[in-house]
Amino acid sequence: MSKETLKKGLEGYNAKYDKAVAKFPERAAFKRQRVYTPLDIPEDWDYETKLGFPGEYPFTRGVQPTMYRGRLWTMRAYAGFSTAEESNKRYKLLLEKGQTGLSVAFDLPTQIGLDSDSQLSAGEVGKVGVAIDSLADMEQLFDGIDLSKVSTSMTINGPAAVLLAMYVAVAEKQGVKPEQLKGTIQNDVLKEYIARGTYIFPPRPSMRLVTDTFAYCSKNIPHWNTISVGAYHIREAGSSEIQEVAFAFACAIAYIDAAIKAGQKVDDFAPGISWIFTAGLDFFFEISKFRAARRLWARIMKERYGATVPKAQMLRVHVHTAGSVLTAQQPMNNVARITWQAMSAVLGGIQSMACCAYDEALALPTEESATLALRTQQLIANESGCADTIDPMAGSYLVEKLTDDIEAQAYEYIKKIDEMGGAVAAIEKGYMQGEMAAHAYEYQREIETGKRVVVGVNKYADNKKAPEGDVLTADLTVADRQIKKVNAMKAKRDQKAVDAALAKLKVACEGTENLMPYLIEAAKTYATLGEICGVMREVFGEYQQGGNNF
Amino acid sequence: MAIKVLVAKPGLDGHDRGAKVVARALRDAGFEVIYTGIRLTPEQIAEAALQDDVQVVALSLLSGAHNTLFPKVVELLKAKGLKDVLVLGGGVIPDADIPGLKAAGIKEVFTPGTPTTAIVDCIKANVAK
Repeated sequence: MSKETLKKGLEGYNAKYDKAVAKFPERAAFKRQRVYTPLDIPEDWDYETKLGFPGEYPFTRGVQPTMYRGRLWTMRAYAGFSTAEESNKRYKLLLEKGQTGLSVAFDLPTQIGLDSDSQLSAGEVGKVGVAIDSLADMEQLFDGIDLSKVSTSMTINGPAAVLLAMYVAVAEKQGVKPEQLKGTIQNDVLKEYIARGTYIFPPRPSMRLVTDTFAYCSKNIPHWNTISVGAYHIREAGSSEIQEVAFAFACAIAYIDAAIKAGQKVDDFAPGISWIFTAGLDFFFEISKFRAARRLWARIMKERYGATVPKAQMLRVHVHTAGSVLTAQQPMNNVARITWQAMSAVLGGIQSMACCAYDEALALPTEESATLALRTQQLIANESGCADTIDPMAGSYLVEKLTDDIEAQAYEYIKKIDEMGGAVAAIEKGYMQGEMAAHAYEYQREIETGKRVVVGVNKYADNKKAPEGDVLTADLTVADRQIKKVNAMKAKRDQKAVDAALAKLKVACEGTENLMPYLIEAAKTYATLGEICGVMREVFGEYQQGGNNF
Repeated sequence: MAIKVLVAKPGLDGHDRGAKVVARALRDAGFEVIYTGIRLTPEQIAEAALQDDVQVVALSLLSGAHNTLFPKVVELLKAKGLKDVLVLGGGVIPDADIPGLKAAGIKEVFTPGTPTTAIVDCIKANVAK
């Protein structure tokens, strides 16, 4: 069919059916056409520049040449609660069931660099993750787990360098060398100021800790992902789909600029940059988003930064399925939601994934729901056929058009943030926070006015209560037990060694040396997380968020 | 005079999407809204309620520390003589915890899926103009 004939045909089709479907609701913010045709693909669309082959620049079709045919994505479950012993049991159970990587959830005091016995920790110890106060807890957390074999992802940001130091120290005790370690620290502090809230220090010293881990790992722990840039949290905190990509890219650009300014070479540290994205409900959008993000990032790395090493150009993605769209009402509906979210991630070519558990809107996942979240991934991998062909949606008029549009719109946003002076300046101005709060409110309005249907909430609702009693409640004695443990540990350790290590760390903080060796040394003396972060707080100060920005 | 509401996040939890959405919805409903920002201690919240002379304190928490922190805020409000302040709670809060929170002086607890209008109605019904 010639273009002209196609155009005429489409006009005829539209004229005939425009009225008939005029009332179709526009669910997604990202508008869709009724039908896509070759006319949606630009005349100069070129396979080689737009897609290329899997494992080749611009990596639209995936970062590995053989993708899931070579190796399936790493299947994780975000887990951690209560004490190190309890979490260690859960990890061993998940590994037994075929999980291939650990994903450690820390409690909030740990994420904020506080010990369990701090007054500020009251009520929070062991709640949203495991409580880690010192190397002693880390030893228990990974007891019986061979760190040379497992890949460990740690959701830790403000004190990421300290937890990494403890991990290196545990590995050494197991006889595992740093160069054998595989895993990820989240280490993305900028998004903490705008989306997640577990900041400790002001942005500037926080950026130094990030670039110090970049430099240390590129020399000593080459297989470590030194950062997992959090697109996920930006979207979960309320951003639009495009902002998820754009704001996270803007933050990553700020880290790269900071590392270059600190004298590092992009080809050395950029291979350690990894990402965490969400997989939301809009199936085709999400598939296209991963493709668009890979292409745009590869172009930024090559054209803006002159990266030549392929791994420095690759957007390697961990996905966590979207938690904010799960419902407390009719919670079993979430099983279906999570399944198609995970499928979109696989069709989008991601490297690692953790699925939410269906009961997350109610409480922490139970053993049963956490297992189902893992089984969901195993089902998709082994039974659905989604993993059999690389980038199977390529060539779909819809998916290629969405991929082009997402890339272009995200790029526009990044330019805008560049003009503001970059991510740090945009955060200081409250720009991203304002955009996210406005979008979150708009989203909620759509639900309340019925424009956006949420099954079981604003449509097909019933008043049945969720079954009681089968949700996991955190053990109330955790805090007491943890505090006793810390005190016992402190009584046993060599206090002189602790004081000396902390004094050295303080001097290093005041200077410009890389802090990682000092943090590892302090961790080995069993100095607590709170003591180590306390020294850094003294030198760096603490960040305070203002109120009323909503 | 518009009803004055303090939206606050006690404890260490940084998830403030819900708190900000509620703050906007209450503002759009005609209330005067103050939002404290994240990571406040119960003491700081009670002090803010006193300083700003609010009639309502709306607490949001998703970390699971609600059984410790919500009652603590109520206790401190009372200690400051703010006995008539309406205290509301919201977040990922298991049903089993709600009776205990109500007994501790939290008038109503709003869980995921609640329309913001329910919170507006609750405030209108419980605060005398």
